[in-house]
Amino acid sequence: MEKKEFERPYIKKIRAGVPSKFGMPVQAEPVTHIDGVPVAELITDFGSPLFVISEKSIRRTYREALEAFRSRYPEVQFAWSYKTNYLDAVCRTYHSEGSWAEVVSGFEYDKALSNGIKGSQIIFNGPEKSRDDIVKATENNSLIHIDHFDELYMVTEVAETLGKKPRVAIRINMDTGIYPMWDRFGFNYENGEAWDAINRIMMTGKLELTGLHTHIGTYMLAVNAYAVAASKLADLAVRIERKYETSIKYIDMGGGFASRNTLKGAYLPGRDTVPSFDDYANAITGALLNSEINPGRLPLLILETGRALVDDAGYLLGTVLANKRLSDGRRSTIIDAGVNILFTSFWYEHEFYPAKHTSDHLEETTIYGPLCMNIDVLRESVAFPLLRRGDNFVVKRVGAYNMTQWMQFITLRPAVVMIDEAGKPHIIRERETVDTVTHNEIVPTHLKSE
Amino acid sequence: MNMKLKKNIALSESGFVFDPTTGDSYSLNQEAREVVRLMNEGKELSEITDYMVSIYNVGRNDFEKYFFDFASMLRQFRLLEDEQD
Amino acid sequence: MNRIKVTVALTGLNNTDNPGPGVPVIRGIRDSALFDPRIVGLAYESMEPAIYMHDIVDHTYRIPYPSEGAEILIRKVLEINETEMIDVLIPNFDAELLAFMKAEQQLREAGIKTFLPRIEQFEERQKSNLPSFGKKYGINVPFSKEVVSQSDLDSLRDDFEYPLVVKGRYYDAYIAYNREQTGIYFSRVAAKWGLPVIIQEFVRGTEVNVVALGDGEGNTIGAVPMRKQYITDKGKAWSGVTLDDKRMLDLTHDLINATKWKGGMELELIRSEENKFFLIEINPRIPAWVYLAVGAGQNLPEALVKLALGMEVKPFKTYQTGKVFIRYSYDLITDIKEFEKLSMEGEL
Repeated sequence: MEKKEFERPYIKKIRAGVPSKFGMPVQAEPVTHIDGVPVAELITDFGSPLFVISEKSIRRTYREALEAFRSRYPEVQFAWSYKTNYLDAVCRTYHSEGSWAEVVSGFEYDKALSNGIKGSQIIFNGPEKSRDDIVKATENNSLIHIDHFDELYMVTEVAETLGKKPRVAIRINMDTGIYPMWDRFGFNYENGEAWDAINRIMMTGKLELTGLHTHIGTYMLAVNAYAVAASKLADLAVRIERKYETSIKYIDMGGGFASRNTLKGAYLPGRDTVPSFDDYANAITGALLNSEINPGRLPLLILETGRALVDDAGYLLGTVLANKRLSDGRRSTIIDAGVNILFTSFWYEHEFYPAKHTSDHLEETTIYGPLCMNIDVLRESVAFPLLRRGDNFVVKRVGAYNMTQWMQFITLRPAVVMIDEAGKPHIIRERETVDTVTHNEIVPTHLKSE
Repeated sequence: MNMKLKKNIALSESGFVFDPTTGDSYSLNQEAREVVRLMNEGKELSEITDYMVSIYNVGRNDFEKYFFDFASMLRQFRLLEDEQD
Repeated sequence: MNRIKVTVALTGLNNTDNPGPGVPVIRGIRDSALFDPRIVGLAYESMEPAIYMHDIVDHTYRIPYPSEGAEILIRKVLEINETEMIDVLIPNFDAELLAFMKAEQQLREAGIKTFLPRIEQFEERQKSNLPSFGKKYGINVPFSKEVVSQSDLDSLRDDFEYPLVVKGRYYDAYIAYNREQTGIYFSRVAAKWGLPVIIQEFVRGTEVNVVALGDGEGNTIGAVPMRKQYITDKGKAWSGVTLDDKRMLDLTHDLINATKWKGGMELELIRSEENKFFLIEINPRIPAWVYLAVGAGQNLPEALVKLALGMEVKPFKTYQTGKVFIRYSYDLITDIKEFEKLSMEGEL
């Protein structure tokens, strides 16, 4: 006689309540495959934990975003935000779709060049640019987005020294009705600082003012803030045209579009509340088209969205190490992926799924990482099926920021695999070894044995 | 070791348990129902294990681990008769 | 005349001391001379009283919370529909409305009709959007601001004087008289309803309310103004009286006309000491005191079902003023067996 499938004997207290925030937990559908490849097979072949990136998802999301803007506005250009995910394979996927590069350091700049992007298609943002960086960017005809007056003077000095006219834009911060207002980057609109910077650039004639740039915040749920920002930039463009009889080439609206992850503290899940690309596109292009900019000379619209493009394409796969009861009877599950490789668990309620159907019962569970550190908590409380030691799980929507902000700590960082459009997995970053960490270490002779 | 549910606690067909002492209600899965039935019949752990591993696709060690976890929950909820060692 | 058979599914069966509108809406529908209804209850929790009131609700199903995601909620409703063949669905819980509004088409294809506000209407009247809403439609509103953290509260000094009102995204409002209280209420409201929390200027005056129904074309199908006579410590009306106030009705008609409001609504207004009206909130659904309107001659729940079914509905012209409702509590006796059935099978 065939034996019955076994489920852990389980008792659950039935709550007798009236509606509140935390309701009846529902069955978590397992995620058994990613783009047709079985999760178990990926873990067997490439180890656990493992980051998996879906090339299909990257391309599909990118095209959806591009279509949302192109169908509403004549000239649109995306620039891939390197800091969101700068694995070469990921960057090259975006470049192959036609995306430029948006970088915020010399390191990212060099990475973009090595990924085959032309210097003239690199946008150099951020407050940290060395003089050498600016020389290089000027010689490569890149777009330098100036963040503050000290930088403005440095770029002017480089221009004089090289006898070249760098292409620049200024970054502008402004009140869009959003709190907190990001006023630490760029020049302020309301107090006239931005207009002041524009005038200095135009007066000296040593720099070519090609664009205006803003980036109003991160994980922005209020699309109207983009409309406010776009119309303020449009106003500046019109003033420049009036005063200097020259039109700027582009308006760069930055990024900040929310992905469908759920922020901690939110009542409804992100996948139900986050605006679509169409919503963002409507707000931005509507404001530009309705502005006083001459419709015959509409500037190129640049977007640097990162999170919303790549978050859904990334998965984290892993394995249950142990189950444990806490002192008050609550259940906890220890997994082999910690907060050091899943930084975003500090602000998202990440979605955890079992990798196969295990049980119809869910139990309120705390999910801990493997680090011997109290902060290593991936979910404080989640209704989770009763996984056993050795069972696999999948975390969805981890493509943004994790593979750049991850930290080598206590253990080594896992491999990253990309599944191509035909469903074939490729390793795009190898699992680290001891040598990865010790490679740059130097032991003084007197501490060496022998 | 001999664990039993308190005498006044009834386990219904559906797996619903009502504890009239505290007023709390609980639900049990199929495996838990069988384990409780065997416990109430006065079976020892080894006998319960024999039975469960003969019916279900589970190893002895694994079952014992889950059994102790389950028993600790019963104890946590104060559903057991006072235990005598 | 043979009454029309209709299956109506509703949420909000929690007629507790902080009541949902389910039971009064059902009573309105059951009072109808036109309909012979089967009432399907949709419950989020096992202790919602109407689940056990078998002369009010014919059959109840547990459904997952909207915080679990719209997809799962709608899937469950469609699953229930296979057994129940629901004609009309009336959601009564603010936090679920968005999910049902977004699924309107999907529900319609399954034969389930709703009569809900459009998403733009729903969004623009959100508490956090109230200032711009007031500006757009020329209505006085108290000043308000969204906050997302305790540290934001320190900057309120520039914009607010105490007392001020701390409001949850969906429910709950507390009056705070100093910074400490503001902090306490902020935490309480944020823990229950999530972020952001809304801080609103306190307007001194008398709270008055209007229940109304718009046909989505700009017409007001019905509107009844009320003043709360006795308020519970949760700020809920325990009794109220219908009013004869042309200005309140005009304001309601103008608002419904300008927004082309579709579905039920409740206006919460403050009549200030200078006899000006301030709009403090628009609830995008029928309120729990709707049975007062039924008693005063406007069966708005019945009218809502008719609108959902696409039937012609003539606007109500009058209602009786001076009608009073008084809530009372009542101890229903049931058995743990009923609780067991709902808990284990998910329906009763």
